[in-house]
Amino acid sequence: MADSKLIVTPAPHLRGNIDTPTLMRDVVIALLPACVAGVYFFGVPALISLVSGVVGCVGAELVFEKLSKKPVTIGDWSAVVTGLLVAMVLPPHVPAWIVVLSGVFAIGIVKLLFGGLGYNVFNPALAGRAFATAAWSALATTGYVWPASIEGAAWARGIDAVTSATPLTMLKMGEIGGTSMSRFYMPLFLGNVAGSLGETSALALLIGAVYLLWRTHISLRIPMSYIITVAVVTALYGQDPLFHVLSGGLILGAFFMATDYVTSPINAKGQIIFGIGCGILTSLIRLFGGYPEGVAYSILIMNAAVPMIDRFARPKRFGEVKARA
Amino acid sequence: MSSPLQAFTNGIYKENPTFRLLLGMCPTIAASMAVSNGIGMGLAATFVLIGSNLIISLLRSVIPSEIRIPCYIVVIATFVTIVDLVMNAFLPELHAVLGVFVPLIVVNCIILARAEAFASKNGPVASIMDGLGMGLGFTVALIVLSAIREPLATGVILAAADFGFDGIRLFPQRYAMAIVNQPVGGFITLGLAIGAVNLITSKKKSKGSHGAQGGAGK
Repeated sequence: MADSKLIVTPAPHLRGNIDTPTLMRDVVIALLPACVAGVYFFGVPALISLVSGVVGCVGAELVFEKLSKKPVTIGDWSAVVTGLLVAMVLPPHVPAWIVVLSGVFAIGIVKLLFGGLGYNVFNPALAGRAFATAAWSALATTGYVWPASIEGAAWARGIDAVTSATPLTMLKMGEIGGTSMSRFYMPLFLGNVAGSLGETSALALLIGAVYLLWRTHISLRIPMSYIITVAVVTALYGQDPLFHVLSGGLILGAFFMATDYVTSPINAKGQIIFGIGCGILTSLIRLFGGYPEGVAYSILIMNAAVPMIDRFARPKRFGEVKARA
Repeated sequence: MSSPLQAFTNGIYKENPTFRLLLGMCPTIAASMAVSNGIGMGLAATFVLIGSNLIISLLRSVIPSEIRIPCYIVVIATFVTIVDLVMNAFLPELHAVLGVFVPLIVVNCIILARAEAFASKNGPVASIMDGLGMGLGFTVALIVLSAIREPLATGVILAAADFGFDGIRLFPQRYAMAIVNQPVGGFITLGLAIGAVNLITSKKKSKGSHGAQGGAGK
């Protein structure tokens, strides 16, 4: 076998020409509308938050990889994506140092200690959020504000609610609900409600999601099975399904975090199981749990189940016969 | 057989029960929330280790091997009862904080493991030294972990309620990370500490042979 032209490689043999930097840059582009919406609705603190998230993540990646004498991978844009997402899943008025430290935790502990991009078990940005809320629960969960824009303030006065609560918190506290919640549809769709920085504007998120779908970076399997499950379960429980779909972090989580290549199942069947599992957990947490919102924890819990789902959803080998019982 | 001195130093670093043998994880996580708890737990376990190692070493030819584990447990439980009552009498605050983990020293893996692996095969002097070394190794590990966890979780270090000492405040309470006080934070701290110990060990080893390789701790 001295023939040097003979190259033996394992499958897959068909390769696309998309590399990690291109993919990650597209995700950044797709996240931009939601970031702009966040800054528009929440003002300068949101911008500071986004910058500190990126600084924390990219800085942590640089420092950790220099320290461990590994090749520095900040050029692949994945740390920028994580940084933006960390800021987007936290409240807009959270102190900047919390965002930086959550980014450091997300990259340093959740991503690099598990082996870097492609080896992390959990979605780094969501783990960063879970870390922040568990570490500084008082500081990290009180930064919700109603947007500064005029029409938001006007309709917020109309319902006479605690100004720092998100719509889902109000639902949990019993301040809204019971009657039709259609008056929330438009604000939730546009984004002028209280919530985490990047999750409020369904419109901006969907623009980004359409871009990712057009570039074929994500498929609709996980987001659709996730969102439909939430709608069905909440409708069965007698609540407004559209309100549940539009509010909280569901659209952000379903399109941008549940679809993370590294922490979601490989094939179609597994992805649909994953989406349904996320949807059931999110609905259960929202309807019966102690927290008003459960998207982050549902995706993290399902991340842990991905190896099992992959084993279950493994395609049949060619020629394999089902064993007789 | 190793000499008594070797048996002593073995437990402190080379076979440190927490960082190298990974034994006794539950008390490690529970007792490393404050430096004073760590010292209290470590010394209690050291006392039980020395006592049980001595008695089991003396009785090693009498104990039938089929029922050796129940026999060890009876010996260990005797010493744990002594520690439990003494601590309850003289250090009530510490006893309240450590709570169920004091009686649980009975089933601490370190103590049973040393009875099984060392005291049942070695003489009383070496067994005492082994118990002392292992106990101090455990204590040192607890102090290292709690010296990291206590300030991060509360902003205070060296708080000891039994001595009426409120500790030294390093930064305000509102910046403290509550997660470090929870088991999650304990396991993350423990994991990072084990990583650091392995890094130091591998650095030492590569220096010993040929120091060219960069020591990325596995």
